[in-house]
Formats: sequence, structure tokens, C-alpha cells
Amino acid sequence: METATYLASLGFKTTLIEKSGQLGGKIRNWYKLFPNFSHSIEVFNHLQRGIDLSDVVVKLNTEVVAVEKMNPGFVLQLNNSEKLNADSIVICTGYDLFDARLKEEYGYGIYDNVITSAELEKMFASDKGIITKSGQPPKKIGFVHCVGSRDEKVGNTYCSKVCCVTGVKQAIEVKEMIPGCEVFNFYMDLRMFGMHFEAMYKKAQEEHGVNFVRGRLSECAETIDGAINLKVEDTLLGRPMKLSVDMLVLMVGMVPSEGTKKIGSLLGLEFGKNGFFKSRDQHSMANISNIPGVFMAGACINPITISHVFGHAHSAALMVASYLNNLPIENRVTEVV
Amino acid sequence: MKNFGFTLSKSYEINLDKADRALVEKIRLKEPTLSLCISCGTCSATCTANVHQNTNLRKAILFVNRGMNTEAYNELKNCQFCGKCQLVCPRGVNTRNLIFNLVKILEKEVNHAV
Repeated sequence: METATYLASLGFKTTLIEKSGQLGGKIRNWYKLFPNFSHSIEVFNHLQRGIDLSDVVVKLNTEVVAVEKMNPGFVLQLNNSEKLNADSIVICTGYDLFDARLKEEYGYGIYDNVITSAELEKMFASDKGIITKSGQPPKKIGFVHCVGSRDEKVGNTYCSKVCCVTGVKQAIEVKEMIPGCEVFNFYMDLRMFGMHFEAMYKKAQEEHGVNFVRGRLSECAETIDGAINLKVEDTLLGRPMKLSVDMLVLMVGMVPSEGTKKIGSLLGLEFGKNGFFKSRDQHSMANISNIPGVFMAGACINPITISHVFGHAHSAALMVASYLNNLPIENRVTEVV
Repeated sequence: MKNFGFTLSKSYEINLDKADRALVEKIRLKEPTLSLCISCGTCSATCTANVHQNTNLRKAILFVNRGMNTEAYNELKNCQFCGKCQLVCPRGVNTRNLIFNLVKILEKEVNHAV
């Protein structure tokens, strides 16, 4: 949305092709954002205003089913049998959430009170608030970090970047909504990499008494009353530990989206070893693909925060403008060895 | 009964559901910065007593959070209150006041239990 807004404002004829029935992607599913607890709808509204103020043609419920390379330019065959000529393409296919059922030892989809971080966001926004399957507010909640990330067993060796911060953010939100609830965060490392993230972690400890336990949850089992028994090593003490919680939240990571795989194979884009798009250079040409005229932005390249997506989006707009105007700096694109 | 040489050993596992965590809350009220520890180990590395005999604030904080009060007390009973740990703590834990209260509160419990 942001890239289209800028390109249209710069005078390029811009069409936004959206698979679903509405713009905005996953941000519409989140309640508040780290680290400042602003409502995510504010970010969406900002994006939408950009679209409203510029001449972007928005096509909802639309997918690209085939691509013809015209050299230069592309002809996109859409699912509504329409054809679209494009001089340049920006791919913004985002990410999918890791399917927590693949970590079967955590019992997602089997135990009633094991939910994902995305489902907890919906609870935050709902009138009923945070409730277990039996309709009661939980007295104890566990958060499991790195679910589907940094895990060779499920084939995802990379860090999803946002789950640590989200785990701390959600722990604070739970304590604010249910002050008496005991909260345990089980982590391998806490990667508070961004500005104000560390302060948020300290706030979780200082103001909310969130318990941080270093150790990856090894297994869990449901009790007859719907609680979850957890087994974890307190790795800082070197002792096995067990405890029960009323609700277990799995901090699911990011995986390459179905849309990324599909459009990537249609266009012949290169994928990196983790299945996301491969940039021409990770540092200096993150938005540039292996095909001239095709650019990328956002979580189709790597797991990324919303703030950094805006940087990607603006950068992609600039890359397209430079490419279409055939600016002299276009010759700067260097071959990567 | 004939002795076959088998015995039952006590569980080594921490059971947090049954742990006595009342004392840690008492100590936390006296020194709220107890919550700020991130187990980095700077305090125990610099500790003058730890060089000679087991004195480890990092472990003591973990123990007391798990309701292992005797173990926590034993980690700190040799503290000399030199305050070096407070100088180096990156989280701003008020270590001297924490140790003072932790030892004071736990001493009663531990010695009473013996």
C-alpha cells in the first residue's frame, strides 16, 4: 500500500493487486503494536489514507495467474481474465504464520487451552477478553518463545525477529487486563534488538512481575480440568522443572507465504535457503530481485517488523522510480559474487 | 524385610506449583529491584567472597524465585556486604539491600526449620 501510494503520487500509473477482499494484510488482525502499545488500526488508517489521497487503482479479490515477460515489461494475466501491462512489478506477498500443529509436543489443535499469539491478539480485541475454553479468565499463563523459529526439527533455522518482543508485549497486556494472573515466558534468548524494546522488557519485570524462565519448553500435557502441565529445564539453575498453567500461548514465527512461493515461481525469482526471496545483496540491494524491473518489499524477503516494512516500502518505490526513469545510478547495480 | 539394595530417591525436579513462593514476595516488597535480574552473572563474577567460598547472588535470586529458600540462603550467608556487585549490576538491582533483606528473612525460616 505504501509503495503504491508513493509511486502513484510520483505520477506513475499504479495498480495494487490484492488477493483478499480487503487491503492491509495481517496488520488488521493485531490489537496493539510493540513497543509503544499504539493501536495497529492507526497504522492501517495511515496506509489507507495514502491510497485514498493518491491515484492507485486497487483490485481486490484479484490474483496473478500467469506472467509473460515482454522484455522490457510484463503482461500479467489476472484471475478475472483481465490482462495488465506493467513496466515494473513490486512483490509484497508478506508471510504466513508458522503452523503450530507441526510442533506436536505443544499440543496445538489437540489441547483446548493451547493457543497461538495471533489468537491471543484477537482475544485482546474481543469483548469477552482473555478467557480459557471454559470461559474463565486464566490464573496462570505460559508464553513459549521461538515456536517454529530457530528449530531444525521443523526446518526453520532462522529467527523470526518479532516473536520475542511480541511475547513481552503480550505478557504486559495480559497483566494489564488480568492483574492477578501469573505470567511465565519461556525463552532461549530474549532478542530485544530495537529501540525501546529493552525498556519494555524491564517494564514487564519491574511493573508487572512477569516471570522469565530460560529454557525451551520440551513437552506439555492436558489435565482433566483443562490445565496444561509443562516440562521445561530451568537452564540457569540446571534443574528440570514442572508447573501447570491455565493457558499456553505459542509465539508462532513467520514462514514464506503461499503467495510468495506462487508469484516467485511464476516470475522465476530466486529464493534464499530459507524460502524467502533472495535479494541482490542483503545489505545494499535488499529490494532488488534477480529479474530487472521486479522489486520486493516487506516480509516476503525476510521476517521484519512493521516499522522496518515502511523503510522497505519507501525504498522499493524509489528503486522503481529510478528504474523507470532510467537514472544514471541504475548502472550502479553491481554483480554479487 | 530383606534389603535388596534398592532405594527411592527424592525428586530432583522443581515443582513450581508446590513451591513456597511466599518468602520471595516478602523479600520483593522490601527490595522491588529483585525483579530486574537477568541472570547475567556480573555480580557473581566480581564477588570477593565467591572466590573463596560459594557466594552467588545470581543463583540465590533464581533459587528464591523457585521457592528453594534454604539453597538461596546458603548462597548468600557468606556475603561480606562489600557492595562490588551493586557497582557492576547492569540492571540497577539494589543488591546490598536485597541481600540484607534476603538473608534476614530467610535466616529466620532456615534456622527455624533446622
